[in-house]
Amino acid sequence: MKKYIDTGKKDTRSGFGAGLLIAGRENPKVLALTADLKPSVKMVDFEKEFPDRFIECGIAEANMVGVASGLAIAGFVPFAASFAEFITGRVYDQVRQAVAYGNTNVKLAASHAGVTLGEDGATHQTMEDVALMRALPGMTVLVPCDYNQTLQATLAAARFEGPVYLRFGRPSVPNYTNPDEPFEIGKVYNMNPGKDITIAAMGLLVWEALQAAEMLEKEGISAEVLNVSTVKPLDCKAIIDSLAKTGCAVVAEEHGMAGGLGELLSGVAAAHKPVPFEFVNGGDRFGESGTPAELIEEFGLNAANIAAAAKKAISRK
Amino acid sequence: MTSIQELSNIASQVRRDIIRMVTAAKSGHPGGSLSSTDILTALFFNEMKHSPDTWSRSGKGQDAFILSAGHLAPVYYAILARAGYFEPSKLGTLRKFGSKLQGHPSAGDLKGVYQASGSLGQGLAVAAGMALGKKLAGEDERAFVLLGDGECEEGEIWESAMFAVHYSLDNLVAMTDWNGLQIDGPIESVSGIGDLREKWMAFGWDVIVADGHDFESILTAFEIARKANGKPKMILFQTEMGRGVDFMLNDHGWHGKAPSQEQCDAALAQLKETLGDY
Repeated sequence: MKKYIDTGKKDTRSGFGAGLLIAGRENPKVLALTADLKPSVKMVDFEKEFPDRFIECGIAEANMVGVASGLAIAGFVPFAASFAEFITGRVYDQVRQAVAYGNTNVKLAASHAGVTLGEDGATHQTMEDVALMRALPGMTVLVPCDYNQTLQATLAAARFEGPVYLRFGRPSVPNYTNPDEPFEIGKVYNMNPGKDITIAAMGLLVWEALQAAEMLEKEGISAEVLNVSTVKPLDCKAIIDSLAKTGCAVVAEEHGMAGGLGELLSGVAAAHKPVPFEFVNGGDRFGESGTPAELIEEFGLNAANIAAAAKKAISRK
Repeated sequence: MTSIQELSNIASQVRRDIIRMVTAAKSGHPGGSLSSTDILTALFFNEMKHSPDTWSRSGKGQDAFILSAGHLAPVYYAILARAGYFEPSKLGTLRKFGSKLQGHPSAGDLKGVYQASGSLGQGLAVAAGMALGKKLAGEDERAFVLLGDGECEEGEIWESAMFAVHYSLDNLVAMTDWNGLQIDGPIESVSGIGDLREKWMAFGWDVIVADGHDFESILTAFEIARKANGKPKMILFQTEMGRGVDFMLNDHGWHGKAPSQEQCDAALAQLKETLGDY
């Protein structure tokens, strides 16, 4: 199978920070907004280089989203960043009216997504954000898988005209995608062609899916691994083609079942190519405090579980 | 400069438009539309630098107006139509299927509208963003926004209040239609927002109190609000819900109710047709 080398663990939020800096150099209209989380969302370098284009909004996310929409109407490209929970759940109605329905060119940058932000606990851990953003007409939802891809996805979001939700995280995770490959919004990345099972994943779980594929290969099972880094608009054809080839699937994500990638892809399958599905996700529960590794273990968001789910799906063919 | 007599004529026609639109739609919000008619007439026909001919959604080269209290759509649409943004004949399509005149403003398809509104408390942030954008772009134009007084019960308003002062947005002029009534009754009995003047002053705004039905008072308030002194401006316009129609006056029951045809006729008998009905 295709080999991926971890070039050294990095946090995806730093990929966002690095991408934002480049985007800022590319386009003087790019602005950075945050709600008292400048270091956490990696906007320190942007502020240093472009002090007049960094807009601190204080602990007032609703206002930040509205201000961002006003700046977008006035012709700017604002990136409004906070923790994933506070830029979605806390301000859902503002995002809905001022960004999605208002169709403004606002980029919602969501750090600390999922349970792997760790010790802060359930109040800060959202496993619902992709569901919320996916539900909004016109919203583009991006969930890149590592540092390199997050950097490229940030550049793609800045160049794209329209509302974007960009999800990334806090923990340091393997960095393995091609740093020079531009991010294509709307593309499902086929990370490893295979024929026995489709493993579709987003975010941190893409690496786990690749590890699972290696485990399965040792047992003679050929797994196709899809990196669904654009959740919306979804490339349905890529999903259907893969399912037609493999005849079963596992969907892995650091997100709850409700409204997540699993429901999305199994819905596509039900309409176009019904095959057995298994799911590796956060289920229907809140997170809790712990190290990222402990929480990954507790929620079973790992290669071993993906491999086990794959074998179960194959057995149901 | 539009004379006070002319403003008064326009306002009378706009009030007729509101009554006819809401009656035809069989739903909508006449009360606050009538209380803010004079304010918006003076704003669009005298104070704001704007033109339907050069309008674009970016607001470049123009003063921008955001309606935060989106349920005041009837007066907003009537003002835009009478100011030349679209044909007044379209006013009859308010709330109808397929119309650009949605029950609450949508953005992008109706000329003159910068941002969607309806869910309350959000317009001040949008206008602050536009005002900041104009400053960042080195433009001299301003951003205006109309709030309802009941709307100031929303927490986001006060987030925006602090933001505008922090960024010295003296090109931001907020106006409140201070009619003292909301759906569930008099504001003081519903939630007690207290003395708005004291509140906005405490937040660091330049506050002007004016009579929202006296054009001299409205124009003077706008003149004072032009001051570029580093502070955002709040004009508290004291108004009466349902102004211009005796049986609607100061009755919160008319916040969001359409008149019957008989009530419409009775209302129109009190409002002079000055520019021709649509």
